[in-house]
Amino acid sequence: MLLIYCPYCEEERSELEFRNGGDAHIARPTNIAEISDEEFEAYFFLRDNPKGVIYERWRHIHGCGRFFNAARDTVSDRFITTYKAGEPKPDLDVEPKTPETVETYEALEGAAQ
Amino acid sequence: MRKYSVFAVAREALRGHKGWGPHWASPEPRQQYDVIIIGGGGHGLGAAYYLAKEHGITNVAVLEKGWIGGGNTGRNTTIIRSNYLYEESMDIYEHSLKLWENLSQDLNYNVMYSPRGVMMLSHNIHDQQSFKRHINANRLYGIDNEWLTPEEAKAYCPPLDISKTARYPINGAALQRRGGTARHDAVAWGYARAASDRGVHIIQNCEVTGIRRDETGRVTGVDTNRGFIGAKKVGISAAGHSSVLMQMADVRVPLQSQPLQALVSEPLKPIFPCVVMSNSVHAYISQSDKGEFVIGAGTDQYNSYSQTGGLQIITHTLDAICELFPMFRRVKMMRQWGGIVDVTQDRSPIQGVTPVPGLYLNAGWGTGGFKATPGSANLFAYLIARGEPHRLAAGLTLERFRTGRLIDEAAAAAVAH
Repeated sequence: MLLIYCPYCEEERSELEFRNGGDAHIARPTNIAEISDEEFEAYFFLRDNPKGVIYERWRHIHGCGRFFNAARDTVSDRFITTYKAGEPKPDLDVEPKTPETVETYEALEGAAQ
Repeated sequence: MRKYSVFAVAREALRGHKGWGPHWASPEPRQQYDVIIIGGGGHGLGAAYYLAKEHGITNVAVLEKGWIGGGNTGRNTTIIRSNYLYEESMDIYEHSLKLWENLSQDLNYNVMYSPRGVMMLSHNIHDQQSFKRHINANRLYGIDNEWLTPEEAKAYCPPLDISKTARYPINGAALQRRGGTARHDAVAWGYARAASDRGVHIIQNCEVTGIRRDETGRVTGVDTNRGFIGAKKVGISAAGHSSVLMQMADVRVPLQSQPLQALVSEPLKPIFPCVVMSNSVHAYISQSDKGEFVIGAGTDQYNSYSQTGGLQIITHTLDAICELFPMFRRVKMMRQWGGIVDVTQDRSPIQGVTPVPGLYLNAGWGTGGFKATPGSANLFAYLIARGEPHRLAAGLTLERFRTGRLIDEAAAAAVAH
């Protein structure tokens, strides 16, 4: 279970209090009725799904109830930072890091014979 | 390839079992193949097998970054069924179920397909209406599925608690008798052996790091940790990492990768005769031939490649199982694991051509890919060989997210896939 720092409550709380809201920083087109099918697909369905740093929305649904954004490494599940909704995407210098504690099956079992 | 039979067992018994030999060859990769399949799970190995068997394309390599069957093929709860709601889903899952029925004979390898019945529990009037709709849709389409009263469900699965005072009361169940389980490793090994026998190269510990294209955009091969390997056609069948591979070809796909967990108990004597699943309270349980209860939990709510998952997810499932089967409350759990599943927004798979010529995608099987293994592999081979999808997989294209013709099993089947 993740521990998530809510930037509004300024407190680290258990994942049970939060709902994941998918990718952050996706702007709904203002002319949604006029855009092409390709543009709608890109806005509505296509996501980066990175193996590394993901920028995502969370909602502190059983707390303050507010949406905020987070940068998290999807390999280690570690949060790099959380920040309030409306704030710009942070410029992270960190490389997506893979701590040695991550239990991938390659790391645990070694290479196949 | 030496044929496996009762005579082979008898002969080897007399020789101290020293003559079996390896199931499949492990050759050095060639410079160039007709087809490369990325991902050595059941889907990828099966596709290579059917390419060789049904389409005569034997200059094929299956590249696997770990060992074959070590990804989601070895990380699921091995449930097989085909009672989906929509025709596109029924087509492919029923095609798969029919192949399961003769797979051991086809591969000359015992995949231990066991049609012990898959029973889906109904807990309220909404479940009942939804299941009866499924049953009617299935029967009209020629797929077996039947409604059971609580007493009939109890007769089919005696450990079930159907008392009125139960925490999750049961008002009926949908039963697909042809559904069941199979042995996950045997599926991967059986396909690998049969494919290798037909000349397919199975290359393990070979991670794809890039997809190369010529100036027209056509695929020319893949970069791997063992150097460049050329190919006229490349098929991606890499489950949770499909979108990572598609990014190498600069294509964004509507896939999200999430951890899905399962766990097994200590082995017990045979007590549980079928597969039981409950969508409403989220529990899947069956008993393996070794005697372990195989229990499936849900996905985590966030994207991750960690192959672990949160403890609260499996706790939630075990809570439900202890309520449904009070006699299992003191059973100890032995192992837990996570696999990375690639989920689409409509919870239906993607199998089709991509915007890159020569690159084919088989992905998005999400939380229910094992049951589809033979059917998906069979139709993926057709797609790669012919360059266009088979009739039974024609609706599973990548374009459906543009045209809006989604296959909305997410709403049709709630969580269970």
